[in-house]
Amino acid sequence: MTQTTQASFAAPLLDRTLPPPSGLASWTGAEPVKRYGVYRNNVATGLARALAARFPVTEKIVGEEFFTAMARDYVLEHPPSSPVLLHYGRGFADFVAGFAPAASLPYLADIVRLEDAQVQAYHAQDISPIDARVITRIAPDRLANVTFVFHPAASTIRSSHPIVTIWSMNSGEQPLAPIDNWQAEDALVTRPELAVFTRQITPGSAVFLLALMRGTALGQAFEEAVGVDEQFDLGCNLADLLRSGAVIDIITEPSLEA
Amino acid sequence: MQRSHLPREAGVGFKPEHFNAIKEDRQPIGFFEVHAENYMGAGGPPHAHLKHIRENYALSLHGVGLSIGSMHDLDRDHLSRLKSLCDRYEPESFSEHLAWSSHDTVFLNDLLPLPYTNETLDRIVQHIDEVQTTLRRQMLLENPATYLLFAESTIPETEFLAEIARRTGCGLLLDVNNVFVSATNHRLDAEAYLADFPLQHVGEIHLSGHAETVDETGAPLLIDTHDKEIADPVWALYESVVARSGPAASLVEWDDNVPAWPVLRGEAQSAQAILDRVGKQAAA
Repeated sequence: MTQTTQASFAAPLLDRTLPPPSGLASWTGAEPVKRYGVYRNNVATGLARALAARFPVTEKIVGEEFFTAMARDYVLEHPPSSPVLLHYGRGFADFVAGFAPAASLPYLADIVRLEDAQVQAYHAQDISPIDARVITRIAPDRLANVTFVFHPAASTIRSSHPIVTIWSMNSGEQPLAPIDNWQAEDALVTRPELAVFTRQITPGSAVFLLALMRGTALGQAFEEAVGVDEQFDLGCNLADLLRSGAVIDIITEPSLEA
Repeated sequence: MQRSHLPREAGVGFKPEHFNAIKEDRQPIGFFEVHAENYMGAGGPPHAHLKHIRENYALSLHGVGLSIGSMHDLDRDHLSRLKSLCDRYEPESFSEHLAWSSHDTVFLNDLLPLPYTNETLDRIVQHIDEVQTTLRRQMLLENPATYLLFAESTIPETEFLAEIARRTGCGLLLDVNNVFVSATNHRLDAEAYLADFPLQHVGEIHLSGHAETVDETGAPLLIDTHDKEIADPVWALYESVVARSGPAASLVEWDDNVPAWPVLRGEAQSAQAILDRVGKQAAA
């Protein structure tokens, strides 16, 4: 088997328009189409099941049959490039957003984004969050200039749909019920120790956290948050953030006089 | 080079859903096996689980993505990830498959077959030399479950495996379910295959369940699914292997439709009973 014959075996696994390769054999015939089909099916279904393991709530919402069909389309268009599948499917949310049969579920892609954030958190490096009391030791006149180093597990997901409510109901965290108050929801995902936490946050908090995650100083992040929420409470948000385990360090820049 | 040295007892493939049950009590399990690629994330629960397993049981690291049967060069990045895992967890054994799973830049996530020729033999020997040199340990190579054959094959599978073991010093992982699946699919005699198998190189045995279907001519086509209990004819083949080889590290694999922990443990206890009854007679 040369590299070329291996290539001719590989190509039809992903491209169903190609016929099975030549040179195959079986005791029942020289064109074992169904036997080659076992490999075809293993590749597409195996990878689709790998995605199902990563996006269980998405699968629960649309059902196994719909999910597998959607995932198989994704797999054939975007097969993995690494044998490590823990992070396979980073582009699945964008694919789902453009997947016509799922157009009646406009929130679905954001559920995929939320589950992607949870998986990234699950596998993120183990680092201890900073002690929340550290903030009290920073001189008040320096607070505006501090920046935060975030835990690799922490991320903020914004949506114009009630994704945290939908996710909670379908993951068993809260009972399934009609959503009367259909509104935008944002989420903070963290994993301070081994368990992944998903909590709903206000739009002001989301803007605040996204600014801090970009490396913006606290004072400027506060300005941005107030821009979307006049009632934004800095003290409460700072306390919540430090308690969430999303921060691993606080950087105090030396003042100009120092 | 560190030799593969699993205890000659029954073990099981570790599934995260069983972790709490396993952690509660010391389990009557000779060793646990994990798929290496599931532990290549930075941190989190997978590593916490593996640390607990490592500290309490013998460990087998089983790769499913190195693509040793590829006609291209080995993926050196992946090999160095395997080395990091071996260095961190010091498993009693590392094993991989006589198969390929990557092509060009695509990982196909299946154990794909290859023809057995002098050309493919040379290439695989080269790859195994590279793996063993890099990991500084002996690896075990597993016989595949196959659904079709290649017209260009010239070497019987047992001879192919024996020659690889002879030239590289690697051990073999004898998957008895794969033997039964392949023998049925190719209308060969599984007992005859096992009679030809170089048992002296076997460092581990695998046992698992398979699914039954038919090809377009109506001939039986078995699929290696790892999603149910071990079939009776596979137990019978296992018993005949153990009767010849004596006790051997024997793993129950159950990767899909994973049952409750007591069911999986029960399968391992069935294997252990055969090791105790048949294996010790053979060794005596």
